[in-house]
Amino acid sequence: MKRVARTGNEAMAEAMRQINPDVVAAYPITPATEIVQIFSQFVADGLVDTEFVAVESEHSAMSACIGAAAAGARAMTGTSSQGLALMYEMLYIAAGLRLPIVMPEVNRALSSPINIHCDHSDTMGARDSGWIQIFSENSQEAYDNVIQAVRICEHPQVRLPGLITVDGFIISHGLEVVDLIHDEEVKSFIGEYKTERSLLDIKHPYSLGALDLQDFYFEHKRQEAEAMYNTPEVIRAVGEEFGKRFGRKYDLIEKYKLEDAELAIVVLGSTAGTSRVVIDDLREKGIKAGMLKIRIFRPFPHKEIAESLSSVKAVAVMDRVDGVAGFGSPTFNEVRAALYDGPTRPPIVNYIYGLGGREISLEEITSVYKNLEKIAKTGEVKKIVNYLGVRE
Amino acid sequence: MSKKPGWKELASGDLLEAGTAKEFETGDWRTLRPIKDDEKCINCLNCWIWCPDSAIIVKDEKMIGIDYRYCKGCGICARVCPPKVQAIKMVDEREFREK
Ligand code: SF4
Ligand code: SF4
Repeated sequence: MKRVARTGNEAMAEAMRQINPDVVAAYPITPATEIVQIFSQFVADGLVDTEFVAVESEHSAMSACIGAAAAGARAMTGTSSQGLALMYEMLYIAAGLRLPIVMPEVNRALSSPINIHCDHSDTMGARDSGWIQIFSENSQEAYDNVIQAVRICEHPQVRLPGLITVDGFIISHGLEVVDLIHDEEVKSFIGEYKTERSLLDIKHPYSLGALDLQDFYFEHKRQEAEAMYNTPEVIRAVGEEFGKRFGRKYDLIEKYKLEDAELAIVVLGSTAGTSRVVIDDLREKGIKAGMLKIRIFRPFPHKEIAESLSSVKAVAVMDRVDGVAGFGSPTFNEVRAALYDGPTRPPIVNYIYGLGGREISLEEITSVYKNLEKIAKTGEVKKIVNYLGVRE
Repeated sequence: MSKKPGWKELASGDLLEAGTAKEFETGDWRTLRPIKDDEKCINCLNCWIWCPDSAIIVKDEKMIGIDYRYCKGCGICARVCPPKVQAIKMVDEREFREK
């Protein structure tokens, strides 16, 4: 273990160096550019054996990764926002062809209006594309998650692509203390990439991506769905093993002072860090506040969420995205649906916040708990969908 | 045809064994049938190069016929047959069915 100062982007590039993928195909986009830029320096310096393909767009970056992965290579790329949106078509193809491509991705608002700062609209837009989605709270998690993702995605029961997100600028460019694992240990943890079949295996030729009409498409989609059903168990096992070997254990969700909490918020990404401070402060004042951090958004940990929130008196789900759906945002709607089957159904509200990189303050998070306190006392939800930090 | 496999038996990831096009006889798509005139043919093998369905049968460097199990009647062979030769004529498939 080596303790260093790294930004989220640097930490993820470092993980990529240690993974030493066969192919990286990439196109730059703020705030994710650094990941592949730093990595390209590793290539130039001969620190990795990777074939680096500088392509002309993100659509091509993902296409090249798909080709490489189908040929039997361990392929990676990195992107953000509009870049991820431009990959949209290819995201589904990577998942449908069951290619375990691993992609660090920096959360950034989608246009329009144009904006380069953090929110989760890009990642949420890809939530049904068949990709595993891992959210990281800080640089350390980003680094650990990229390494674990290789194992998760390539697992024979899974074989799905995965994206590992950090919040744009807040984490991607924020310098933090990170414990790096030794190169050799990362290498032994991820192991060698073994494909069942690959297109470059000319002794066993096959066609990939053939037209799949009424009589086979459904079966193939069913297989893809099954792979996602298999994923939670694999994520847990990999997180457990990672914990045993390197001292940092990971699960689908993380609970912070939730065991005896009466008021809970549900968050993704860097806001979890800010929330911890608020919770500690409220606890000192005798308020039983807690937090549920969703680390894995896909596959959605519905059971774990329902169980962990079963004994709270009020819940607020924080969405750093507006689904513009006419009702609620993605995390809220899915958490709420998960609670439907739970033993209890605590009153629940949605807070949409932080769009386009708008800061979220300790006071604002405290105000969410204040509202939850009221709801818990009266049992009455005045407004289901709320906005936090927008000028009226 | 044998029973189609369920999702548990099917190879995963939209993967097909190679060479399965052979099992798919595209000849029944045909509405025009290429008919070759042996007298005119100069065995230049243009048709063999261009036929998208490998339906031109060649033996000992000679064009000896058309495999109608696969010929889908696109007419490319007739087009690429040298203008001065025109050994292939496209004939309405109904003429053969009605007989
Ligand atoms: S009609 Fe088309 S498919 Fe048939 S033999 Fe000629 S080129 Fe081939
Ligand atoms: S293109 Fe015409 S001349 Fe040449 S081999 Fe075919 S049928 Fe014969």
